[in-house]
Amino acid sequence: MTAVTTRRTAPAAGTTPGTAQGPPRRAPRDGRRIAWVPTMALLIGAAYCLLPVAWIVVAATKSGRELFSTFTFLPGTGFTANIADLSAYRDGVYWRWMLNSLFYAGFGALLSTAVSALSGYALAVYRFRGRETIFNVLLAGVLMPPVILAVPQYLLMAKADMADSYLSVLLPLILSPYGVYLARIYAAASVPADVVEAGRMDGGGEWRIFRSVALPMMLPGLVTVFLFQFVAVWNNFLLPYIMLGDDQKFPVTLGLYTLLQQGSNTPALYTLVITGALLAVVPLIALFLVIQRFWSLDLLSGAVKS
Amino acid sequence: MAAETSPARGARRAPDAPETPGAAPAGPGRGRPAPGRAGRRVRGAPYAFLLPAVTLFALFFALPIGYALFLSLRKVEVKGLGLGKGARSEVWAGFANYRDALSDSELLASAVRVLGYGAIVVPCMLGLALVLALMLDAERTRLSGFSRLAIFLPYAVPGVIAALMWGFLYLPDVSPFYYLLDKGGLPQPDLLDGGPLFVALANIALWGGTGFNMIVIYTSLRSIPAEIYEAARLDGASQLQTALRIKIPIVAPSLVLTFFFSIIATLQVFSEPTTLKPLTNSLSTTWSPLMKVYQDAFIKNDIYSAAATSVVIAVVTLALSFGFLKTVGSRSNQGETP
Repeated sequence: MTAVTTRRTAPAAGTTPGTAQGPPRRAPRDGRRIAWVPTMALLIGAAYCLLPVAWIVVAATKSGRELFSTFTFLPGTGFTANIADLSAYRDGVYWRWMLNSLFYAGFGALLSTAVSALSGYALAVYRFRGRETIFNVLLAGVLMPPVILAVPQYLLMAKADMADSYLSVLLPLILSPYGVYLARIYAAASVPADVVEAGRMDGGGEWRIFRSVALPMMLPGLVTVFLFQFVAVWNNFLLPYIMLGDDQKFPVTLGLYTLLQQGSNTPALYTLVITGALLAVVPLIALFLVIQRFWSLDLLSGAVKS
Repeated sequence: MAAETSPARGARRAPDAPETPGAAPAGPGRGRPAPGRAGRRVRGAPYAFLLPAVTLFALFFALPIGYALFLSLRKVEVKGLGLGKGARSEVWAGFANYRDALSDSELLASAVRVLGYGAIVVPCMLGLALVLALMLDAERTRLSGFSRLAIFLPYAVPGVIAALMWGFLYLPDVSPFYYLLDKGGLPQPDLLDGGPLFVALANIALWGGTGFNMIVIYTSLRSIPAEIYEAARLDGASQLQTALRIKIPIVAPSLVLTFFFSIIATLQVFSEPTTLKPLTNSLSTTWSPLMKVYQDAFIKNDIYSAAATSVVIAVVTLALSFGFLKTVGSRSNQGETP
């Protein structure tokens, strides 16, 4: 129960690189000598991971002609023109895709977090018949390959006359087995049993105890569930690809894919695809950079001890 | 957790119990019946809390799986020319769809391709993730906060966009690699064809997945108690020895976990090859098993064989991942489950 609460107040999670990352066990004796091998290895890894992002940043500044003629890491002159072209493309359908993605990911993650919080809390705090069975069954969902789900999900949605609708992409992604798993760990670690008991003695109903006592305690963990699910929905391709036909409802991943597909016939679209990809990546990266300040990446793997 | 059991106990004896230890301070009028009501509420509460999850599971997991199983045993029978109402009807097919799926050479070929792809991705990704996690955990590493974030960054990039970015970097016309090879007068391999295509696709998965796995492993490295390192230091163990003899064995369970999920994800590969397809002719529409299912279901409109194929893929995936867990699980008992 310590980490979820202490991590939040820990002054330096991510703000001062290097020193603050490790727990205090690090020997201070030879703190001044730099270990070159791991440092360089990590920097090479970082460079590899940043390379495509750097490339797309540069490429997005090039006009269609420059893209194929100048050295790739030379900035071009067409960035604003590219954005204008992208915004003008089919009456700004790109921004509609971005809004759709934001809706699917934001709203979907919110609902998902709520469901995970309720289930995780119930599984961690109560002892009842069928607890482990329910948990295991929910968790088994993680093992279900998306393909065995997506095709019949589409057929069932079509039967219910709901295929090609916003709901058809939103609903199947609300239940996240991993979210339930994480929420259970966080609830078990951050909501002490005697606090719940005390709430009962004060005459609080179970719902009120959950909402006003347990929920605030679980909040740092729930932020993680939200982020995890936001990324999962934002990155999802298979489900919208199968469910949607009307490109006004496309998320940005699917939209860019269709744009790239047309681009193989008309290379002029390539600059739009590149600019669109950059603009689609920026919000998530910004989200992570901002959130780094008060949230630790480690929580993503269910870390509750430190 | 002892406290969890007390409401139930209280509930059972509440109606006539003279004293209920929990509710003692409350007045007699309010205090006595309260535990009974609370107890009943408590007993129902967890089920109420779980209702949304269970409902969603039934609707969007159980029902589709059941429907897929059902469809996989059905087929369409065409009477006469197949024209007019009632000429096409759905009938039981037995295991015919499975027989067809298992003897489908295209499916087999796609399975072989994906296994080859997985043989590159999974060991490289987890090896790299482990090494980087150990480096992050090593002493006196500089800029590790920056590196950690940078390596994790691709996690926030959708697979489609990752494939798109790398796809352009593989295109000779726009890629800086080809530019440098050209300037250096070196041979320029076609990354989007034949053997290199596997490496090109594997690289996208490697780029996208290493960071997340690194964090998972790094998290469990950081949970190793300090005394163990102190003991190792006193014994004169070097950093490398500490890593090999202490750290890796201790993080083995999280390695198993990441391996498990990597296998599942790899066999399901869909968006990356689908995205790269417009850039090359070497990627067939049935390159991976999932693409084949999509092709069967939506291009050929044969949902029955698509259902059978997806059941086969699911079963093989689960068998492979559990087979792996079983062989490894016997050696490490420290599971990650709570």
